[in-house]
Amino acid sequence: MAIKPLAVAAYTVTNALGRGVAASLAALRRGESGLRPCDFEDAALSTWIGRVAGLEEEPLEDEFAPFDCRNNRLARLGLEQDRFGAAVRAARERHGADRIGIFIGTSTSGIGATEHAYRQRDPVTGRLPDHFDYQHTHNLFSAADFTRRWLALRGVALAVSTACSSSAKAFASAYRHMRAGFCDAAVVGGVDSLCLTTLYGFNALELASSQRCRPWDAGRDGLNVGEAAGFALLEWAEPDDARPLLLGYGESSDAHHMSAAHPEGTSAALAMQQALARAELRSEQVDYINLHGTATPSNDAAEDRAVLRVFGPDTPCSSTKGWTGHTLGAAGITEAAFVWLCLEHALIPGMLNTRRIDPNLGVGVVLDNRERPVRTALSNSFGFGGTNCSLLFGRRGA
Amino acid sequence: MNTLHIEGVGLMAPGLAGWPDGRAVLIGERPYVAEAMPAASAALLPANERRRTTATVKLALHVAQEAILQADIDPSTVPTVLASSGGDSEVVDRICAALILPDRPVSPTHFHHSVHNTPAGYWAIANRCTATSLSLSAYDDSFAAGLMEAAALAWTDRTRVLLVAYDLPLPFPLSERREIVAPFAVALVLNPAPTERRLATLRLERRADQSVSRLDDARLEALRLGNPAARGLPLLWAIAHSTASRVTLSTGESGGLELEIKP
Repeated sequence: MAIKPLAVAAYTVTNALGRGVAASLAALRRGESGLRPCDFEDAALSTWIGRVAGLEEEPLEDEFAPFDCRNNRLARLGLEQDRFGAAVRAARERHGADRIGIFIGTSTSGIGATEHAYRQRDPVTGRLPDHFDYQHTHNLFSAADFTRRWLALRGVALAVSTACSSSAKAFASAYRHMRAGFCDAAVVGGVDSLCLTTLYGFNALELASSQRCRPWDAGRDGLNVGEAAGFALLEWAEPDDARPLLLGYGESSDAHHMSAAHPEGTSAALAMQQALARAELRSEQVDYINLHGTATPSNDAAEDRAVLRVFGPDTPCSSTKGWTGHTLGAAGITEAAFVWLCLEHALIPGMLNTRRIDPNLGVGVVLDNRERPVRTALSNSFGFGGTNCSLLFGRRGA
Repeated sequence: MNTLHIEGVGLMAPGLAGWPDGRAVLIGERPYVAEAMPAASAALLPANERRRTTATVKLALHVAQEAILQADIDPSTVPTVLASSGGDSEVVDRICAALILPDRPVSPTHFHHSVHNTPAGYWAIANRCTATSLSLSAYDDSFAAGLMEAAALAWTDRTRVLLVAYDLPLPFPLSERREIVAPFAVALVLNPAPTERRLATLRLERRADQSVSRLDDARLEALRLGNPAARGLPLLWAIAHSTASRVTLSTGESGGLELEIKP
């Protein structure tokens, strides 16, 4: 039997395309990338990034001052868009503050605060500056804790941290907690912000491109790191619910390598198959796949194999990383929201920046935007450690 | 759908070296002495992987292995939930230290080891386990959050789940801003269905109040408060005693998680 669907009662995204859902939709429609040559702090790297403008000037203040760091500023900026706070307030009236769970995906949380503190170590003692607050900035739970306090919720709260699948898996965790009766509704989200750790880390792994990232392109040579915040309010779907629905999810582990995807994509395929099985849908019933598509040579090749195995070459597919960059732990929620935009606005985004598709890859890549109804769509998110998550969404009457 | 059966326990901390040893301390057969912890073996990893792994990975895998061996089950199909407040701070320290050097020479190995799900990835590789795995943090309440995620996963998918909770002291200078007094790791094999392997049965219920269970032994209580993974000690105490009891774990501002334990 298919799982009981969850409805997306409200959602918001903030990323390099701008603040709020309308900015992302407009940029997707116009084919305008949010990527720019790296101008983050003093990073001396010839790569492109997806930076959210204005975070440097918007500190957290008053009771939220202890949380002040780039990651929580980004969370706050995200939470302020699209009347998301008002939707959660209304849900709080319906369910009670203690019955709404908080499930936030992040890979590096506020590690940027620790990077800054290490620059200010006492030259004699090596101690960190007094103002550094590890618990409220760097610790992984910080973004979930901040979100819970900002929204005045008292439900179960946790940070899911499974690298680049984090905020996709937050949906699965929220579903399970609701099934178990630990909460009646959920705020799921993801927040990951630019920091030197990821910029220099991907550079060290030779996975960062010196150009705009080009998923599935024959000449693709790496990813662009981006930053994003996204949140969704999930409730059990009503009969004939017209809102976007979570119909299925699938999760698996590669059990292959810590930083390289399994070349055959067998476990990634397993995640997609599980998502279809939970939704009781066949692969040909899926109208669009938002690929993980980071644009590294090996990741795209592995995902191509996996998608081909489950869907064959005909399902329209694209990666939207050319718009936002790879927003790491926030990629799952960002691309889930893009899928909801596709369901609501009859849009299949193309693959920005990609011009010559790698002849060795075989999935049904969409290069230019198409306007056509999307009833059911899949979003893939994969990460270091061999973690895979696929989310299947649909909309009745779309 | 609110019952879980514990089929295996893994434990490692100073003075609690393995479940048989820890159980003896918890039931008062011998006093708790926080002696040096034996080195966690990561024997299940291939030699080249073992060389590259950190103390955090070794500790998490060690207790996971003990729990699986005790339950005597095949780990290759068992989903895992890993709970840790801060993950591998040794790796974080090395990266942040590299970032203040000229040219910022971040080690590629440190970078891919910096993700919170590194122990989960190594566990999956070592056991050829392609089942789902979730790594989480809820700061001081990470053990309870992990137990709830594991329970929800076990009930939803009707499957055994391996829960691993671990935290280690942070290196200087981070240690001055986050005190974790000693390494502590615990693993539980949880089955929603009763089998002959059952050691104890748990019922889980969320509660609004926060009357958190404590330990009578002052040194064990200091350990409970001094490491987020050790917040699970009252549950281990109840399992060790094999008597019906109730334990409440904090889930932070959302209240508490009440556990009814039956032998």
